[in-house]
Amino acid sequence: MSEQTPVSPPEGERTDTEEQTAETTDLPGDGTTTKDTVSTGAESVVAALEQAGAETLFGVQGGAIMPVYDALYDSEELTHVTMAHEQGASHAADAYGIVSGKPGVCLATSGPGATNLVTGLADASMDSDPVIALTGQVPTNFVGNDAFQETDTVGVTQPVTKHSYFAADADTVGTEVGEAFALADEGRQGPTLVDLPKDVTQGETDAFPGEPETPDTYNPPTEADAEAVDAAAGALADAERPVILAGGGVIKADASDELRQFATDYEIPVVTTMPGIGSFPEDHELSLEWAGMHGTGYANMAITNTDCMLAVGTRFDDRLTGGVETFAPDADIVHVDIDPAEISKNVEADYPLIGDAKQVLRQLDDAMPVAYEATDSSPEAYVEWREQCQTWKDEYAMTYDTPDDEPLKPQYVVERFSELAEDDAIVTTGVGQHQMWASQFWTFTEPRTWVSSHGLGTMGYGVPSAIGAKIAAPDQEVVCFDGDGSFLMTVQELSVAVREDLDITYVVLNNEAVGMVRQWQDGFYEGRRMASEYPWIPQFDMLAEAFGARGFRLEDPEEVDEVIEKARNYDGPAVIDAIIDPAENVYPMVPSGGDNGLFALNGDQLGDL
Amino acid sequence: MTQGMDGPHPEERMRPTGRRNSQGIRIDPEAEATHQPRKAVLSTLVNHEPGVLAEVSGLFSRRQFNIESLTVGATDDPEVARMTIVIEEPEPGIDQAKKQLEKLVPVISVEELEPEAVQRELILVKVDGENPDDVNAVADMYDGNVVDASPETITIEITGSHQKIEAAVEAFDQFDVQEVVRTGAAAVERGADVLEDTRRKAETISEAGETPQTATDD
Repeated sequence: MSEQTPVSPPEGERTDTEEQTAETTDLPGDGTTTKDTVSTGAESVVAALEQAGAETLFGVQGGAIMPVYDALYDSEELTHVTMAHEQGASHAADAYGIVSGKPGVCLATSGPGATNLVTGLADASMDSDPVIALTGQVPTNFVGNDAFQETDTVGVTQPVTKHSYFAADADTVGTEVGEAFALADEGRQGPTLVDLPKDVTQGETDAFPGEPETPDTYNPPTEADAEAVDAAAGALADAERPVILAGGGVIKADASDELRQFATDYEIPVVTTMPGIGSFPEDHELSLEWAGMHGTGYANMAITNTDCMLAVGTRFDDRLTGGVETFAPDADIVHVDIDPAEISKNVEADYPLIGDAKQVLRQLDDAMPVAYEATDSSPEAYVEWREQCQTWKDEYAMTYDTPDDEPLKPQYVVERFSELAEDDAIVTTGVGQHQMWASQFWTFTEPRTWVSSHGLGTMGYGVPSAIGAKIAAPDQEVVCFDGDGSFLMTVQELSVAVREDLDITYVVLNNEAVGMVRQWQDGFYEGRRMASEYPWIPQFDMLAEAFGARGFRLEDPEEVDEVIEKARNYDGPAVIDAIIDPAENVYPMVPSGGDNGLFALNGDQLGDL
Repeated sequence: MTQGMDGPHPEERMRPTGRRNSQGIRIDPEAEATHQPRKAVLSTLVNHEPGVLAEVSGLFSRRQFNIESLTVGATDDPEVARMTIVIEEPEPGIDQAKKQLEKLVPVISVEELEPEAVQRELILVKVDGENPDDVNAVADMYDGNVVDASPETITIEITGSHQKIEAAVEAFDQFDVQEVVRTGAAAVERGADVLEDTRRKAETISEAGETPQTATDD
């Protein structure tokens, strides 16, 4: 890809006919480095972002946010990526945050700009992704008057952020932006927002923001209580059928190395949650991959039959647990989490360990007895349990039917791409059947390579998230698996990938339906396919070409490798419109609220459960 | 619809023996645990700033906590307000409400008060003024004060525990009650215990040269 473009001039200054190119926009001005003085609230906002170490902003211009954009015009350190829609900006910032580990920043104007961000903020909130949103607001003397493009943004976003700030003063706005940035990153990560009235950003101030600091009422724990750690280590050491359940919190805490160390030292099988994919290498012999509604049969058997579960950085979402009555019912649960409110929220923790996953895993490691590997004296029951897990891996192997290889199987496309792609390739997805196939049939080995919308399940997450991921990691291969329904929801962001010349491969697993809904209709609504079939969709290869990307159509299983390589080799965004078997469904499946051990392997079993 | 995967049928699979209840708590088959709702008084210090009430009440409504009353008022510190929140929930819900409250950025500290804590409500009752002597007599029984009287109506103020207020409302029923205005409970711990301001605690720790970001033993 090309170098990231520095901040573009405000959109309003371009003529409509001006061709958008990927060329770097040379900025006028004297080329000074970071300023250490400010004269307006908007300059203070920009200085705060620079102080916080932000590099890339994703946003859309508009009336009430214009003072901030004007201040960005002079920034040497901040790059702005103009998105086609604010929802795209929030998802791109979210993916940037997941891949880089630092808060992604998105900007929007007041009213519709701000409300368009809400989906992305809710998404980030559910998945604990670090995002900071800056929204324009009508001038303070208009607030409450139903002024043009006014919305109570703080009120609207409060339930979906860690905190939303209303900036009331040009002298303090910079400090608040810094605080919001720090808050998004500290403790349990999540989204924050600062609402910026136009008179505050235009207002005069010489208050240069200091280092970003979290508010004094916010003191997340780091180390778990030592006695509690000893007790938990004792329970783990005594267990005969232990299992580790690694959630997204492992990745957020950069604790993958500690997890790998702990699991291999004590030879404990590892199951991940869906957001925890990548925290433990899926090609490792101890890996059972991921559990939950469409997780592997072997992962679901292990978490159902374990007698001691070390759950790290997971909130026991219902898509993971199924019905809690049948979730790991024989297990002592050791729950490691940085958020005390997650302890015993959905599943009671027998051994709560509140702290940072990286720290607590180290503490646990220190508190455990000598590792079996070192003494070569694993208890018999322990050996049996590992063998049992291996048996399940063989019995419930992830396969798919390929009668004569036609029509094209989505699983085959994912599997082949996984084998052809770089080891550290990043996969992003939309939401639906394609998301499940991507997570099931791609082999993930590294953290921060799986970028998806889990808790909120946001269709349309795919196209913009790939943009955010590629900008966060320009040297890594980025692949986006999307569905036809999901792709259509944010397809306009393809224009951004083209303008920024981002080398992304989009694969649309096209079954002319919102396939997951159709699968549920077939399974639970007697096949009454109301509003789930999309036989009117455009040809995505041609649509891609219209946007200036490369388009490929893939129907023949014989051509899978060839088309994937062509798309990968194209230096820029490429879209593969993969026409897949419309009859293909996602298995295994635990029905909603069901028993994880009673997953269905096919449609007939689904009917029996 | 027979496509899918191989492997043993659900009925042939290894099964655990235990069970949890709907709150995710493992059930001891000997003593099946169920949690009855109980009343809890949560006392909370919050930053005295616009929007804080909406943030707290919004939390309670979206998490479906059954709120009985919520009162807010200033404290001796102009930057700090105190909320007294009475909720009725099973044990896990009370615990969850406390923890969720603690997560809100403007919330300084949260504590559940002992059941014997001092709790007071204020009520204003406007009744028909036809029999002022009888009204006065009932007001006296509840240590009430007449705060307004007109030829048509009498308004009485009563302060007291929840039970006393309930009883008073019932007693005034005979006088054709026109209006009732009740505050929720304001409450304070008996004895020397005071609600801790954790910001001050953090400052004290910082001054002592330790990091405030260690595990808290809440």
